[in-house]
Amino acid sequence: MDILLSTRKQKIYFLLIAILLLGAGIVCSVGFGVKNISWQTIVNTLIHFDGSQEQLIIKTARIPRALIAAIAGASLAVAGALMQGITRNPLSSPSILGINSGASFFIVMGSAFFGAAGLSTFAGLAFLGAAFTAILVYILGSIGTDGLTPLKITLAGAAMTSFFSSLSLGILLTGGQTFDQVLYWFVGSVSGRDISIFNAAFPYMALALLGAMVLGKHMNVLVLGEDIAAGLGQKTIYIKLTAGLVIILLAGGSVSMAGPIAFVGIIIPHVSRYLVGTDYRWVIPYCAILGADLLLAADIGSRYIAFPKEVPVGIMTAILGVPFFVYIARKGGRN
Amino acid sequence: MNRWYTFRSRNHSFQISRRTLLVISLLTVVNVIVAILCVGLGSQFIRPDNVIRAIFGFGDPVHSMIIFSLRMPRILIAILVGAALAVSGAILQGIVRNPLTSPDMIGITGGASLGTVMFIIFFSGVSVRFMPLSSIAGAFGAALLIYLLAYRRGVSPLRLVLVGIGMATALTAVTYMLILTASFTPTAVAVKAFTFMTGSIYGVSWERDVLTLLPWILVLLPVALFYARHLNVQELGDDIAESVGSSVMRKRTFLLIVSVALAGAAVSIGGAINFIGLMAPHIARKLVGPAFGGVIPVSALIGSLILLLSDLVARTAFLPLDIPAGVFTAAIGAPFFIYLLYQSRKTA
Repeated sequence: MDILLSTRKQKIYFLLIAILLLGAGIVCSVGFGVKNISWQTIVNTLIHFDGSQEQLIIKTARIPRALIAAIAGASLAVAGALMQGITRNPLSSPSILGINSGASFFIVMGSAFFGAAGLSTFAGLAFLGAAFTAILVYILGSIGTDGLTPLKITLAGAAMTSFFSSLSLGILLTGGQTFDQVLYWFVGSVSGRDISIFNAAFPYMALALLGAMVLGKHMNVLVLGEDIAAGLGQKTIYIKLTAGLVIILLAGGSVSMAGPIAFVGIIIPHVSRYLVGTDYRWVIPYCAILGADLLLAADIGSRYIAFPKEVPVGIMTAILGVPFFVYIARKGGRN
Repeated sequence: MNRWYTFRSRNHSFQISRRTLLVISLLTVVNVIVAILCVGLGSQFIRPDNVIRAIFGFGDPVHSMIIFSLRMPRILIAILVGAALAVSGAILQGIVRNPLTSPDMIGITGGASLGTVMFIIFFSGVSVRFMPLSSIAGAFGAALLIYLLAYRRGVSPLRLVLVGIGMATALTAVTYMLILTASFTPTAVAVKAFTFMTGSIYGVSWERDVLTLLPWILVLLPVALFYARHLNVQELGDDIAESVGSSVMRKRTFLLIVSVALAGAAVSIGGAINFIGLMAPHIARKLVGPAFGGVIPVSALIGSLILLLSDLVARTAFLPLDIPAGVFTAAIGAPFFIYLLYQSRKTA
């Protein structure tokens, strides 16, 4: 496969550019919106906060939003890369395999029937839902003599997605009063979030991102195929379990913050592999940074598409992602 | 084991086994019984004998009012929508040669929902009678797009399914966007649109819904039944089908059009009800074997039965709440899908 950045130096330079873009993205995300805010005000908010209305907007709305977009984008992309490696299916991602909708279903159910409240509870529920769905879809996709085929696992994921979203919508529709609020969350959005949502799930996600970096080397061996990996002395079951745990923390965490956001987990791993090749030690950091870049950019764009109304970012990524998905499906369906 | 009955006309012959006839008659009876029970059940219970009396015009006027103006349209819609979705799924599974597909999973229902929501938003002044047209147009748009995108020196069923799943996600997203950014009073209409997207046959009326849907079904179902025999040949695979003299592509296109139109018409009234198109044909094949002459009518009856029962649970189990029936078809459909995957382990 042709890769764009072949030398180590190029890879490092480009990664640095992507990190700079990330910084710029966060600044833009804080500055642009229905009310554009000057750079000086942003800087002043950080160094001496005086409680003016503009500074309040920055502190309580814009900064949490930018941070959530960045960490959710990074998490979804890395989760997608790991899932594509484990299932050896180029279409795997937290949204296509139903993990996002499973996590959101658990939150919806918890708050509707068990009176779950509080952000750490939501994060816990999201992790639980992500774990439950991931295991279910993995088992469903692998039953049969031919093991884990791309078609079977994708179908299993699609079925679980429509199952969980039907049930979630049903619960939301009968719940009534908070419909407006939950609705935006349900289609995947990073706006109107409190910084405490970020604080609740961030530690787990940061840990999982670090874990993913460490896994990189082992993933390189695993994607050669389980037999070869076992022949090379790898305990594949432990690697897969660890990767599974990392995926669950990443996907669950991003759902608890931003709701089910589609396609970031498909687009970014493919772009990253196109840039740096199949070495997971590079793919994973690239996914993290580029995923954050993409979601920040999509979120900024979503504020202007139907200005002054906002389109939830989950919709933006879904629309952006489809041409990409189709391209990969066509390539993947060749054999 | 089958005794066959053959019906012949000048150009066509139609064969049906005794077993299939038996299953069809039994299911028809079950459907009628369930429908009568459904008409009777609700916030006010009406005894089955009173229901029958009312239907034939001898009942208590209050009962007749409840039955004819409130419950009967809903029951009829459940029967029509369930049958249409089931037959659409049966045809699609035959064409795609993958028993795990259905119109909702590969984006056809999603296209129909988009068409309907666009109609609600952009043509609010136009008669509702035209809504099925808009839904069917949406379904065709989606099907055409999926077909073209999956085309690459022919359309392989695998690519069709994968592209369809991606399109389904995108179409749902576009529909959400339309609902959320449309300039009408947000909550009430959004709730309505989302109820629609879950699939609900709540609040249907004679003129608006039953009479709108009925003509479509009355035309499309017989066509499906008549063309079913070509599906038998399609299932053998393109090469064999060609060599026994079937013009595969032309008939496949026609059957696809029938399937898409059925799904579109069903969605226009019933909303995006999931999983019936997947389940009904499987149950039908279990009952009468794989020949499509039997599978199509039996699927239709089973689809009706599933939706009748789902809607019954949806409107009675959580009184006074009326839950979208699509929630219940999903609740039974997903375990069923798991069962199918588990079963396919032997053959796949």
